[in-house]
Amino acid sequence: MNLIQTVVVALRSLQANKLRSALTILGVVIGVASVVALMSMGRGFQAFVNAQIESLGTNLLFVRPGATQQQGVSAVQGSAATLTLEDAVALTDPAVVPAVALISPQISTFGQVVGGGRNVRTQILGVTPEYQYIRTLALAYGEFISERDMQSRARSLVLGSTVAKSLFPEMDPIGQQVRVNNQPFRVTGVLEAKGGTGFANLDDLVLAPLSTVQARLFRQQTARGFQNVQVINIQAISDNHVQQAKEQIASVLRVSHNIIGDDDFTITSQQDLLQAFTQVTQAFTIFLAAIAGISLLVGGIGIMNIMLVSVTERTREIGIRKAVGAKRRDVLLQFLAESITLSVAGGAIGLALGWGASLGLSQIQIQGQPLRTLVSPDIVVIAVAVAAAVGLFFGIYPAARAARLNPIEALRYE
Amino acid sequence: MGSIEVHALRGLSCNIERGEMVAIMGPSGSGKSTLMNILGCLDQPTSGDYDLDGEPVSGLGDDSLAEVRNRKIGFVFQSYNLLPRTSALTNVELPMLYSNRPNRRKRAMEALERVGLADRAKHKPSELSGGEQQRVAIARALVNNPSIILADEPTGNLDTRTSGQIMGILQNLNKEGITVILVTHERDIAQYTQRILHVRDGLLEREETVPKDVAGKRASI
Repeated sequence: MNLIQTVVVALRSLQANKLRSALTILGVVIGVASVVALMSMGRGFQAFVNAQIESLGTNLLFVRPGATQQQGVSAVQGSAATLTLEDAVALTDPAVVPAVALISPQISTFGQVVGGGRNVRTQILGVTPEYQYIRTLALAYGEFISERDMQSRARSLVLGSTVAKSLFPEMDPIGQQVRVNNQPFRVTGVLEAKGGTGFANLDDLVLAPLSTVQARLFRQQTARGFQNVQVINIQAISDNHVQQAKEQIASVLRVSHNIIGDDDFTITSQQDLLQAFTQVTQAFTIFLAAIAGISLLVGGIGIMNIMLVSVTERTREIGIRKAVGAKRRDVLLQFLAESITLSVAGGAIGLALGWGASLGLSQIQIQGQPLRTLVSPDIVVIAVAVAAAVGLFFGIYPAARAARLNPIEALRYE
Repeated sequence: MGSIEVHALRGLSCNIERGEMVAIMGPSGSGKSTLMNILGCLDQPTSGDYDLDGEPVSGLGDDSLAEVRNRKIGFVFQSYNLLPRTSALTNVELPMLYSNRPNRRKRAMEALERVGLADRAKHKPSELSGGEQQRVAIARALVNNPSIILADEPTGNLDTRTSGQIMGILQNLNKEGITVILVTHERDIAQYTQRILHVRDGLLEREETVPKDVAGKRASI
C-alpha cells in the first residue's frame, strides 16, 4: 500500500468519526495555539529590545575602565579610575584608529537640579559636542553643547525633556537660570523626547560640557593626577568596522597604559549588548514555549488515548484487513497516518488560532505601550513540526498494538 | 493453573486437488475451524506440513503468510465481514490495496458484475440484504484471482433460497477453475460440492463423494 492510499484510508476513517476526531485534536489545537501565542510574545519582546538597541546605533562602542581590585576581590566593572581625557584625545587620531569616526568621553554623577521654583534629582552627564551625533540626539529648543562651551568651561546646560517638563512646565526654559549642586548654570537647549528606552533613559538627565563638569561638579583624578573620565563613547565608521575599531582602540590604550598582562579597561560594543540581550530574550521565549509545551503533551496523550480506543473498536476491521493480505507494516502505517493526520490538523488549526490570538494581544496596551507580538517563520515551522512529532510519538504505541493483532482472534472479536 | 495444550487437530491428513470443490463437515469442536484457519494461512500447524499450490507454507512468517493470503486465498465468512460505512466497491477493492495492482476500480467493478451486483456498487453494507452482502464478500474473495476460495459457513445467516443462490455462484466460480473449500455443518449445503470430508475429534473420520447428479441438480436451481 503506498503512502497516498494510506493517507486516504486514514482520512476516510477519521471522517467516519467527525465529532470524536474534532474533540481529539482539541488538546493539540490548544497546545499549539498557546505555544504560538506565547512564543510570538517572546519574539515580539525580543524584536522590541533589538530595535531599541539598534536605534542607538549598532556601530557604537564604549570604553570603560576595568574593575578595582582589593586583596584580590574585584569590584564592579568601571570602578577603577584609569581612563583619562588624554586617552580620549589619543583616540581622535585617524592615523592610529582609522576605524573610529567619532569620540566622546563622558563622566556622570547624580545631583539636585533646581530651577523655576522646583527641583528634581537626576543624572548629570558631562559630555563633548560629539555626543549629540554619536547618540543621534535631536533638540526641541535651543542648541547643544558647543566646542566653545567646552573650551571656556561654560556653565551651559541642556535639559532632557522630562527634566524640562518638571522644572518649567509652563515656561520657555531657554535662558533660565538653574542651579546644579548649588552651581549656577544657564539652560541653552532642551532635548527632544526619545521615549523610554528601558535601560538608557535619555529624557531624564541634564547634559553639561565635560570640561565644566570636571572643573565644578565632579573632581576625580587618576592615581597619576590626570583628569578621569568614566566612559569613552565611540562611533565606528560603519557597522562592519566595529571589530576593527575595537582592536585599534585596545592597542592604543595598551601602549599608553603600558599594559603587558590584563587590560585595565573593557571595550563593549552595542553589538555585544545586542547579543547578550538576544540570549536573554531567547531564553525567555524558550521558557514560555516550554510552559505551553506542557499542554501539547496533554494533547498528545489525548490522541494516544483515542487511538487505543479506536484500535480496540476496530479490532474486527484489522482482522478483515489482515485476512485479505495486510501486513504488519500496512496496519502500523494506517494507524500512524491517522494519529499524525489528527495532530497535524490540530497543529494547523492551533497555528491559525495562536496567530489570531497573537494579533489580538498586540492590540492590548500596557502603560501606553502596545504589547508587541511577532509570529516569525520559525514559530510556524516549529509548531507544525512539533505537532507532527507528537502524533508520531503518541501514535506509535497504539499502531504497534494494532499491527500485532492476531488475525484469527481479531476476526472473532465482537 | 496453567494453560492446557489442546490438540484441535491430530494426525489429520488430506489432499485437495486443484479445481476441486470440497466441503468440510463436522460437529462443533471437531477441529474444522482450526483446519480452515490452517488452510487459509491464518494459522500455522504446531507440527506437520501444509503445501499450497505445490509450495510449502508451514514455517513462513506473519508477513509472508499475509502475502500468500493476499495472492492465493479468498475468504468468505459466515458474518460477511465487510467494512461498515464503506461502499461495496471499496470493500471489493480492499485486497488489491495490499497487492498494489493497477486498475483497482475497474477490476473491482468486474468482480461485482460476476456476482451480479454491479448496480449496487455504491451501496454500503447496511443498505444491502444478507445475500447481497455475502455476494459482495465473494466478489472481494475472487478479485485477486485466488487459487482457493475458502468459505466458512457462507450460508449460515441466510435463508434457503438465498443460500441456494450463493452456492450457485460458488459452483460457477469452481467451474471457472477456482478451487472452493467449504466449511459447513449442513448436509444440504455440503451436497453442492463434489466431495465431503467428515472431521471428528481432530481426525478425518471419512470421505464421501457426492454423486454427480445430486451436485448438478442443485446447481440448476
